[in-house]
Amino acid sequence: MMELWQSFVGLVYELIPWFDGSIAAILIILIKAIALVMPLMLVVAYFTYAERKVIGYMQLRIGPNRVGPKGWLQPIADALKLMTKEIIFPTKANIYLFLLAPILAIAPAIAVWAVIPFDEGIYVANLDISLLYVLAIGSIGVYGIILAGWASNSKYPLLGALRSASLLVSYEIVIGFALVTVVMIAGSVNLNDIVMAQKGSIMHWYWVPLFPMMIIFFISALVETNRAPFDVVEGESEIVGGTHVEYSGMTFAVFFLAEYANMILMAVLAVIMFFGGWHSPFEGVPYMESAFAWVPGIIWLLAKTSFFMFLYLWVRATFPRFRYDQIMRLSWKVFLPWTIAWIFVVALMTQLKIGPWF
Amino acid sequence: MTFDQILFYVFSFWFIASSLAMIFSRNAAKAVLFLILSFFSAASIWILLEAEFLAITLILVYVGAVMVLFLFVIKMLNIDKSTLRAKFAGYLPLGLIVAAIIIAEMTLVLGGNQFGLDVVAAPARHAADYSNITVLAMQLYTTYVYPFELAAVLLLIAIIAAITLVHRNEASRKKQSISEQVSVQAKDRVRLVSIASPKKEAK
Repeated sequence: MMELWQSFVGLVYELIPWFDGSIAAILIILIKAIALVMPLMLVVAYFTYAERKVIGYMQLRIGPNRVGPKGWLQPIADALKLMTKEIIFPTKANIYLFLLAPILAIAPAIAVWAVIPFDEGIYVANLDISLLYVLAIGSIGVYGIILAGWASNSKYPLLGALRSASLLVSYEIVIGFALVTVVMIAGSVNLNDIVMAQKGSIMHWYWVPLFPMMIIFFISALVETNRAPFDVVEGESEIVGGTHVEYSGMTFAVFFLAEYANMILMAVLAVIMFFGGWHSPFEGVPYMESAFAWVPGIIWLLAKTSFFMFLYLWVRATFPRFRYDQIMRLSWKVFLPWTIAWIFVVALMTQLKIGPWF
Repeated sequence: MTFDQILFYVFSFWFIASSLAMIFSRNAAKAVLFLILSFFSAASIWILLEAEFLAITLILVYVGAVMVLFLFVIKMLNIDKSTLRAKFAGYLPLGLIVAAIIIAEMTLVLGGNQFGLDVVAAPARHAADYSNITVLAMQLYTTYVYPFELAAVLLLIAIIAAITLVHRNEASRKKQSISEQVSVQAKDRVRLVSIASPKKEAK
């Protein structure tokens, strides 16, 4: 498989020699990006289906089961419906910013995926500072929501945007600090190196020394992606639908796509940071390791990611919505002191060379 | 012309164009957006110079946090344009003088003759596995550790100052006790009173 790809890359470079192969390099990146985004969009579509099904069963309902066998065509039908709906512009809205907002939401949500490693050597870009890139581009997504709220020129979207801006800025700090501990142990900000540093066995993964950080990261990821129980940005019962109130048809669907792409990204990040990325959980276990050696790493990565994606749905079906000030308190008064304290704990553990991680 | 040069000119064009658009746009929110675009263009140029850590930090700190707060504030403000414009003519001469001085200073220091290849050597291209951030960290935490910590202390002072400005004394502070809120029982909040219902008077 890899040889085939290498020979294809060589062929492209040979066919398009302009600018010392720069054009060919861009073409290769484009092909890689399409190979990444197409499955991602499919996963997003079926993640919405899984969400409705899972929450349905948790609430003793069946969920969508009309379109196609067992409702499998439901996301396709939803997409077709949203595409054919009219896009309504509020009269007093700022049209340019109103249309720019969904683009600003989805572009970073997809661009972040460029540095995510799926297996040894399978990525679009191997950036030396890929973790910082993820944080930087991830922090741009908030503009989509803020602009949507502002450009709609409407009460509830503005309230939603204000909530979103303050929430995201406060939880970005928490996520940043939680990930600093990972960087301290791995000694690198390259996602590939972070995964490689967790090689060994399931006890080498960073969820063991960084267990509180893992919990904090997952909860902060819920806030960052506006998921229940922290979905005050949408908050149907308080502010109708938050930033999405004035959006219809495809513009609304794009916000939806961005939100779900971000959710999947946060799940992958949790796996890469704390659960050994593409490493098999049977590494270092006698007999089991050789029995499962044929499974490609990407399968393990996707399996672990699916578990975290399921956690999102589980949490959503379980907990009632937090009050806004409670979320802010959780960030500044609970998580931030914890993360700062754990940075010192990790510094001590690194100096004393505790366990298999340092 | 190499591909790098084409990219450089494209990014520079966007940098200058978005900076100008930021200055000339009348809508404060749009101005912030153009400023973000110019930050991105600057970051792209830095990446061309292989200063990727600096570029990502620019986006992470300024675009990701500072500009969000800018937009936040702009949404809260109700800017009255007529009062701004009324004072415009009064400030114009002073503004022009300041602008002229700044432009003169910038041309003296940042003019093209300061940055030719004969003055500053072309930066050496590094191998693909060259770690920019490691080199930077080594410099910051060994050679420049005291200036670095001084800068950190400066930021700490700013934080403390900001907190002191809005800090209220114990009496007027509105503080919630979360444990009290959580452990509240129904009998603390609701008092059930049995009232004898008035009997219907027989007619």
